[in-house]
Amino acid sequence: MHRFPSSRTSRGGRGGRAGALLLLAVTALTSCSGPQSALDSGGPSARRLATLWWALFAVSAVVWLVVVLCVVWAVVRRRGGEVEPRSGGTRTVVVAGIVVPTLVLVGTFVGTVSVMRAEAEPPTEPALTVEVIGHLWWWEVRYPDFVTANELHIPVGRSVQVELRTADVIHSFWVPSLTSKVDLIPNQDNELWLHADEAGEYRGQCAEFCGAQHAGMSFLVIAEPADEFDDWLADQARPAETPTDPLAVRGREVMESQSCAACHTVRGTDADGDIGPDLTHFGSRRTLGAGVAPNEPGWLGGWISNSQTIKPGNLMPPQPLDPVDLNALIAYLETLE
Amino acid sequence: MTTVEERRAADEAVEERLAPAWEESGGIRGWFTTVDHKKIGRRYMVTAAFFFVAAGLEAMVMRTQLAGARLDVVSPELYNQLFTLHGTTMIFFFSTPMLFGFGNYLMPLMIGARDMAFPRLNAFGYWVFAAAGLLMTGSLLFGAAPNGGWFAYVPLNEEQYLPGVGMDVYCLGLLLLGISTTGGAINFIVTALTMRAPGMSLNRVPLFVWAVVVQSFMIVFALPPLNVANLFLFLDRRYGFHFFDPSEGGDPILWQHLFWLFGHPDVYIIVLPALGIVSAIVPTFSRRPLAAYPLVVLATVTTGVISFGVWVHHMFATGLPQLSLSFFSAASLIVTVPSGIQVFSWLITIMLGRLVVRTPMLWVLGFLVVFVAGGVTGVMFAVVPFDQQTTDSYFVVAHFHYVLFGGAVFPIIAGIYYWFGKFTGRMLSERLGRWSFWVVFAGFNVTFFPMHVLGLLGMPRRVYTYEPELGWAGWNLVETIGAYVLLVGLSLILYDIVRALRRGPAAPDNPWGGETLEWATTSPPKEYNFPVVPTVHSLHPMWDEKSLASMARDRDDDERTLTDGKQALRTSDLDGVPEHPVALPRESVLPLVVALGLAAPTFALVLGAPLVAAVSALLLPAGLFVWHWPRAARQEAEAARSRDAAPAGADA
Repeated sequence: MHRFPSSRTSRGGRGGRAGALLLLAVTALTSCSGPQSALDSGGPSARRLATLWWALFAVSAVVWLVVVLCVVWAVVRRRGGEVEPRSGGTRTVVVAGIVVPTLVLVGTFVGTVSVMRAEAEPPTEPALTVEVIGHLWWWEVRYPDFVTANELHIPVGRSVQVELRTADVIHSFWVPSLTSKVDLIPNQDNELWLHADEAGEYRGQCAEFCGAQHAGMSFLVIAEPADEFDDWLADQARPAETPTDPLAVRGREVMESQSCAACHTVRGTDADGDIGPDLTHFGSRRTLGAGVAPNEPGWLGGWISNSQTIKPGNLMPPQPLDPVDLNALIAYLETLE
Repeated sequence: MTTVEERRAADEAVEERLAPAWEESGGIRGWFTTVDHKKIGRRYMVTAAFFFVAAGLEAMVMRTQLAGARLDVVSPELYNQLFTLHGTTMIFFFSTPMLFGFGNYLMPLMIGARDMAFPRLNAFGYWVFAAAGLLMTGSLLFGAAPNGGWFAYVPLNEEQYLPGVGMDVYCLGLLLLGISTTGGAINFIVTALTMRAPGMSLNRVPLFVWAVVVQSFMIVFALPPLNVANLFLFLDRRYGFHFFDPSEGGDPILWQHLFWLFGHPDVYIIVLPALGIVSAIVPTFSRRPLAAYPLVVLATVTTGVISFGVWVHHMFATGLPQLSLSFFSAASLIVTVPSGIQVFSWLITIMLGRLVVRTPMLWVLGFLVVFVAGGVTGVMFAVVPFDQQTTDSYFVVAHFHYVLFGGAVFPIIAGIYYWFGKFTGRMLSERLGRWSFWVVFAGFNVTFFPMHVLGLLGMPRRVYTYEPELGWAGWNLVETIGAYVLLVGLSLILYDIVRALRRGPAAPDNPWGGETLEWATTSPPKEYNFPVVPTVHSLHPMWDEKSLASMARDRDDDERTLTDGKQALRTSDLDGVPEHPVALPRESVLPLVVALGLAAPTFALVLGAPLVAAVSALLLPAGLFVWHWPRAARQEAEAARSRDAAPAGADA
């Protein structure tokens, strides 16, 4: 019969490595904050999901450690030698591989269903309903009285119902710090609710691959105290103000006479295109191009002249305006607060 | 006591009678005509390894692009081609074909057979696979690679949103590959059920063989939905059909159901045979049979069945009713139990046994550590609310790399180190093996572990870049460094293989003291594998005197030497009772011709030349016509005549 020499290299090491890995894991995860972090919760849903994660992590870490300890134990105590054609160990396999996992999984399922129930209903009766429509590659946001883009304002401490639809392909609406994601699917009406406990900006992003600029399709959920939110609603519902500054007046003419008006709407002007984002209160928004750049005059000029250099593949063609017209247009857009 | 010398003597006595019937042409001609399962198996492995390198380099470009925020290494369009091709290649053109290579090479050896049941179908399968892989990977060179993600969601992948040939390459490439995979699967099933050595009843079948059989049954049931989906998509794209076009009443969710009804079983189609490799290696280095063999067999079969009931957990965020979600959540939890059985069977075996840590076992131990980490995050995705939070984020990317790199690539490398001597007649280096293990193990974890963190930090998958203020750059840089370490580790293995092929030490027949029949053959095995077909008396014939003795004792028994032409032994499906010899086909160029009859029209369709496609498709019926022309029947008749004429005919 074949005789096997015992080999004893690579002594130890594995135990230390396992410990180091775990340490890395814990330190990494306890400092999980960021504008789009699922563990930096701004509301009851995300908080519940973060607690669920830590519970799952704890159980998983125990299971993984048991397995690693078994491996380490076997390696440390290895002795080599001749074949022992004995079987045995079946009962241990049944207990450790069937009975215990089944109990753990039943517990997991109970937890799953209870969190699902809790997630189904918002904490308060929804204060309002907002419709979000996904486009290649930006978000149309429809409030009852007006339309805006790439920014959702909600009142702090009150639930908001969000209806999700798409104008083209499948997208997915994900604001990890507030709640989990739901897909936007053609011919289908999906919904979720948002509820923020603290005022602040919560960044969201498309989570379902949707083509060339999937990476450039983010948005902001801005939670404000009730009075600020009401002011915002009132401001946004008003049509665009007529500019007085001569440069801005010229900018508005450019807006209406050039190709801008074919795709964009500015309420209160002749621009009523419905292909690109509504620009009525463009000046009040924080970002450009669904979050790819800050809304500042320099970026705006670059965006209008050739947005392809900032967001390659997006559907807005370059606008070769002469420099004076461009400056006027920038000045006008900045007035649209 | 049966010595190796006694068996050698028996082999030599039979060899000269067997050699003429089994010899194949050498050189270029032999390259195109071989039907030997070992050559085909090796080709599958080498070709799949080539695709692994290509897809791995694609990943390196992606990791370089993501090393910092807002980098500009590749354009978004190219990035989208890279990640689509990386996923498609790794899933379809590396994992499954690589394991098909192992299956092809090892299954006949492990069951004591002389070849696969259908050697020509086997050769045909390889050629079709190679053509499909060439089409898919080659498309990148023309900037026309698929770019809609490896699961090709609609309507994004309709022609309206992704024009160009990229996704046509995807649909047709996968349809072509599907023919190869299905044929191969049927071949595995028939071989395992009809060609096992006498005495190898179902309860003595090695676990690797069980795993390949379950994999094959799963392929037969899982591929039809994928093929249908790809055909529909191709018709939508090229011929104006509306299966998935929502503006004309088509249903985008239908694609997801069809795709994942294939896609989730496919995870196990990849992982099960890899676990089979683990089950082959663990007993050898534990010096003890695997604990709870019947339970592991049942677990393998159960996994195959349950995995068809969990596909909706890929669709938890699509807005399906809560009640259906909870059913699929329960099913997805249950499917982990059989995997738990396998893990604890290996653990109990190494703990009860007399463990020896050589390179193959080192990879298996590393596999246990990373695969279980991927398993526990898999359980998390059965938990609906957690899935809805983290699906389509980098957490998922982390999870499936732990499962697929940890659960398939680690065992595949273990298998390469374990069987390299058998495959090539040369041994790989222990020292390089250990070095490569530790470098890959470190590189793997540094690359993929932080992806869990990034997913929780809100990073979606499939983004070509990200904004600096999101705080993702540090972790991404760590991952990219890990990826380069991983590249170094994998290159060490490649170097070891090239070095061993040139001047590695000669491999003994049974270098590790393994328990299964492949170790009874020479390294590398003769064309006919076993000069004397062994008679099997236990689950581990190489550890059992009676089975070993049969190979020396039966050297004068014509029913075990089968020297009358190119023959294999047909045995009964359940108990392995010998029935009669069957004639196996000789080498032939026909498999290649028929494969060309499929591949040429596919290439022509991609290039938009339906006329060329139609004309070249004629090669297919023409080739099949010659393949099945009575010459084959005549050969069989001759074989039957000589069988009847033989003094100790098997039918007598």
